[in-house]
Amino acid sequence: MLIDHPLLGPRDAQEFVILGDASLIDRPDWQAGDAAQRFHDYQHLRDNPAGEHRELWFHEQGDRSWLVVTRNTLTHEVVKVELARDVAIARGRDR
Amino acid sequence: MSGPFRLDGGALDRSRILSFRFDGRKMIGHLGDTLASALLANGVRLVGRSFKYHRPRGVFTAGSEEPNALVELRSGAHREPNTRATVAELFDGLEAFSQNYRGSLRHDLLAANDLIAPFLSAGFYYKTFMWPKSFWEKVYEPAIRASAGLGRLSGDADPDSYDKGFLHCDLLVIGAGPAGLAAALAAGRSGARVVLADEDFVMGGRLNAETHEVNGRSGADWAADAVRELASMDRVRLLLRTTVIGAYDHGVYGALERRTDHLAESGGKPRQILWRIYSRRAILAAGATERPIAFGGNDRPGVMLAGAVRAYANRFAVGAGRRIGLFVNNDDGWRTAADLADTGVDVAAVIDIRDRAPLADVPGARILMGGKVAATWGRRGLKGIELATGERIALDGLAVSGGWNPNVHLTCHHGGKPVWREDIAAFVPGGNLPAGMTVAGAANGNFTTAVALDDGHGAAVAAVGELGYSADAGDSPRASDEATEVSAFWHVRESRGRAWLDQQNDVTVKDVVQAHREGFRSVEHLKRYTTLGMATDQGKTANVGALAIMAEQTGRTIAETGTTVFRPPYTPVPIAAFAGRSRGGEFRPTRLTPSHDWAAERGAVFVEAGMWLRAQWFPRTGETHWRQSVDREVLQTRGSVGICDVTTLGKIDIQGRDAAEFLNKVYANGFAKLAVGKVRYGLMLREDGICYDDGTTARLGETHFVMTTTTANAVLVFRNMEFARQCLWPGLDVHLISATEQWAQFAVAGPNSRALLRKIVDPEFDLSNEAFPFMACGMVNVCGGTPGRLFRISFSGELAYEIALPARYGEALMAALMAAGEEFDAVAYGTEALGVMRVEKGHAAGPELIGQTTARMLGMQRMVSKKKDCIGNILSERPGMNREDGLELMGFRPLDRSQDLPSGAHFLATGAEPATENDEGWMTSVAWSPELGHAIGLGFIRNGHARIGETVRAWDGVRGRDVPVEIVSAHFLDPEGERLRG
Repeated sequence: MLIDHPLLGPRDAQEFVILGDASLIDRPDWQAGDAAQRFHDYQHLRDNPAGEHRELWFHEQGDRSWLVVTRNTLTHEVVKVELARDVAIARGRDR
Repeated sequence: MSGPFRLDGGALDRSRILSFRFDGRKMIGHLGDTLASALLANGVRLVGRSFKYHRPRGVFTAGSEEPNALVELRSGAHREPNTRATVAELFDGLEAFSQNYRGSLRHDLLAANDLIAPFLSAGFYYKTFMWPKSFWEKVYEPAIRASAGLGRLSGDADPDSYDKGFLHCDLLVIGAGPAGLAAALAAGRSGARVVLADEDFVMGGRLNAETHEVNGRSGADWAADAVRELASMDRVRLLLRTTVIGAYDHGVYGALERRTDHLAESGGKPRQILWRIYSRRAILAAGATERPIAFGGNDRPGVMLAGAVRAYANRFAVGAGRRIGLFVNNDDGWRTAADLADTGVDVAAVIDIRDRAPLADVPGARILMGGKVAATWGRRGLKGIELATGERIALDGLAVSGGWNPNVHLTCHHGGKPVWREDIAAFVPGGNLPAGMTVAGAANGNFTTAVALDDGHGAAVAAVGELGYSADAGDSPRASDEATEVSAFWHVRESRGRAWLDQQNDVTVKDVVQAHREGFRSVEHLKRYTTLGMATDQGKTANVGALAIMAEQTGRTIAETGTTVFRPPYTPVPIAAFAGRSRGGEFRPTRLTPSHDWAAERGAVFVEAGMWLRAQWFPRTGETHWRQSVDREVLQTRGSVGICDVTTLGKIDIQGRDAAEFLNKVYANGFAKLAVGKVRYGLMLREDGICYDDGTTARLGETHFVMTTTTANAVLVFRNMEFARQCLWPGLDVHLISATEQWAQFAVAGPNSRALLRKIVDPEFDLSNEAFPFMACGMVNVCGGTPGRLFRISFSGELAYEIALPARYGEALMAALMAAGEEFDAVAYGTEALGVMRVEKGHAAGPELIGQTTARMLGMQRMVSKKKDCIGNILSERPGMNREDGLELMGFRPLDRSQDLPSGAHFLATGAEPATENDEGWMTSVAWSPELGHAIGLGFIRNGHARIGETVRAWDGVRGRDVPVEIVSAHFLDPEGERLRG
């Protein structure tokens, strides 16, 4: 399997470690009134789509970028690869 | 003449005479022979015994699909069982042995199985060995194991080496028959990067086995010229003896190249290479495999596929018999009659199941249209056949053709399902091919040479065109179209005796009928129930016939019945090839500490810690037990000073304006206010609130920290911190780099550690307790100007430091420390002494951090900040993790001080039954404390702090121990920490 790294071009999947659903970027607000429930859902609930899935991959044997890879779980086709940092910023994460 | 069945012609180098042995009998063959062709040339027809019934079996095919002719090749540690004689190239000195018999091949004692065959039909294991239950282990299993399997493993380590390789290309062409060669020529001429792989040792595929013409010349000659042209192209790579075994994602293919299997000695070169081929496009030109017709006694040595008989006659110059009959349902089989007649072999009869006019007149042969073979005779080899009409014909070879199956395997590796084509009575590739793959030639159901050439050429022009190569690819080679009509026909109903479908697994037509009767009707169930299509050949000659019979039984069409799933590898791959160089000591990289050589010279005993090798203890002359060495190291450290290489701890360099805020988020306790020049212990939680790592972090500057992690979690902590940095708080100005291997780090521990370091650290640095107190850190120079880092931290509980220098100075620093320590009787200590001292101090380590450990269990719940956003603090507040009666880390000592303690023991109240409901916790770590003079343990026990002084039992059912222990504080030594502040 190949992942088209946005900075480095196509790299073999062997160089990466997969974490899972990219929803892990959306860490809840710790000060929310229902923070415990939100963190529970964040930690434990995942969609398991048959089709396109956005997931987090870490280029551990490479430049150590976290990537958001959009992959079709039925065909393994990689539809899109983004730097996770760019995705996180676009989703409003800051500091 | 190399054997009585050798013919004229063929593609052998007759000037090269190769001598070989089969079952000890010496024979000769020529360069270009396979073991199978050489055996046939020498008149050897019985080459093995079948798996279940021990029926005599001979060579059935001329290729990798061979079900029968499995042999052990070579001897000693080089012995390789279950190799196919049909693909084993002959070399001088080759040794082969037949398999699966007791006694001798000719007089196999287990042939008795064949007499009780009615009791051994499909599923007999499941039905027969049910009772009595007690018989299974003592009687049935040993008996089944003794008779199971075919060849024997040598039992020795494989003496050969294996490599892995990586190739990149625009176009991978799989198979070098007419379609593959035409494709490679077109692509190569266009300038594309091409890899052409073929499993045979000569490229050309069926062109070498047939008498077809291409561009007006013999097909074999054309193929040889094509290969020469391809070999002259810089951007074309030819892989002979290379089987593409699987199609993987995104144009990646696996291939096994056999580099030295055809040589007597590998000469130190890798025997095989497992290639990973990255292709932008691929053309599957894998050809087709002929299939047999099932009839009574069709497994007798001498019955062979018609295409194989032709290959042996045309390419290997071997007659598969002296008087050969044909039994066919298609036009192609007739070519065998014609080619045999041309090479001077008697053709006894051509029996075609079809009621139509004969295709040709074969001199001397009886032509029986609409005829069927119902039985055969001949004890260890074919002597004659009996037709459905009862007529008997004497002959010693029967060439059978039931049509051809395209080799669709690789088209199915991504879930593609082949589709049935009625007109050619065969499955062809369906949709859903691996991305970038096209199929050409016979693999696509295009069986004639002319169409295959065109197809390959066209597929390549299209594929490289898509990639932007437009140079002239030349014209497609020309050939004529042969007759290929076929009429589906699977088995002779009038058969007398068993009609075999899968000869490798001894599956008959009757077994399939029985599977249907007993409800195993899906092809996947049929496979598991009868073992049809399993083992080395994966049913390449058997599957389609069997599922056609299942279709007959169920009244469905073959298309509705479908095939079993095709999975990699296409042909068997030795496990050694998958391992490559990663075996034994090279299974994974070994990481050595900077003081490794120093320690090795002093006879240290090493222990694996992940990939690291660490000194475990340093035995001295006269010490006969590890405990003596470890006790000495502990006592000397606590009594004076000890030195330990702690380089393996993970080190992460953290820099940036927001470094402190970042640390505040990844550690559960606060770091924002840590002063420059100070170190703090940090506890790390997972987001679910469980403690997973701890360590110390030193603030070297306003924007510069250095963190240590446990040895085991160094990689994971770094990964998680990068996740936090990039995905959770991308706005923080902070950067991380792993510095584990850049810094050599040594613990210097014990009351004389300051005095020792005073001799190493340059005099301008003040090491007094006031200037450099407990938990201080700073940049220092050592040994006259070498810059390093000094941390006053203690894992041993003594006055202690850790000193770090760039890794290249590590070994010199170890030597300098030991030399400076001579006057204090300094000792080098290993991981065992380190462990004893941490248990004495009650520090949690790997055995305590087991993925279920909460801060409360460690007594650190107050460290988890509620006033800041940090990973894990919200979910660490879950009620179940904070129960008042929860597990707590405590110390334990035996009531009888002379007893040692069992780690892993569970705590039970005195008098309680050892049962789960009475379990109160468990012992995590034990040690023998030389200072206290008795065994000590750490463990988790319910409500421990409230129970200090109570006696419980440490019960270990595995070791049969039951030790009364007292619950005490986990801090066995110096609970107030006076030593480390001294």
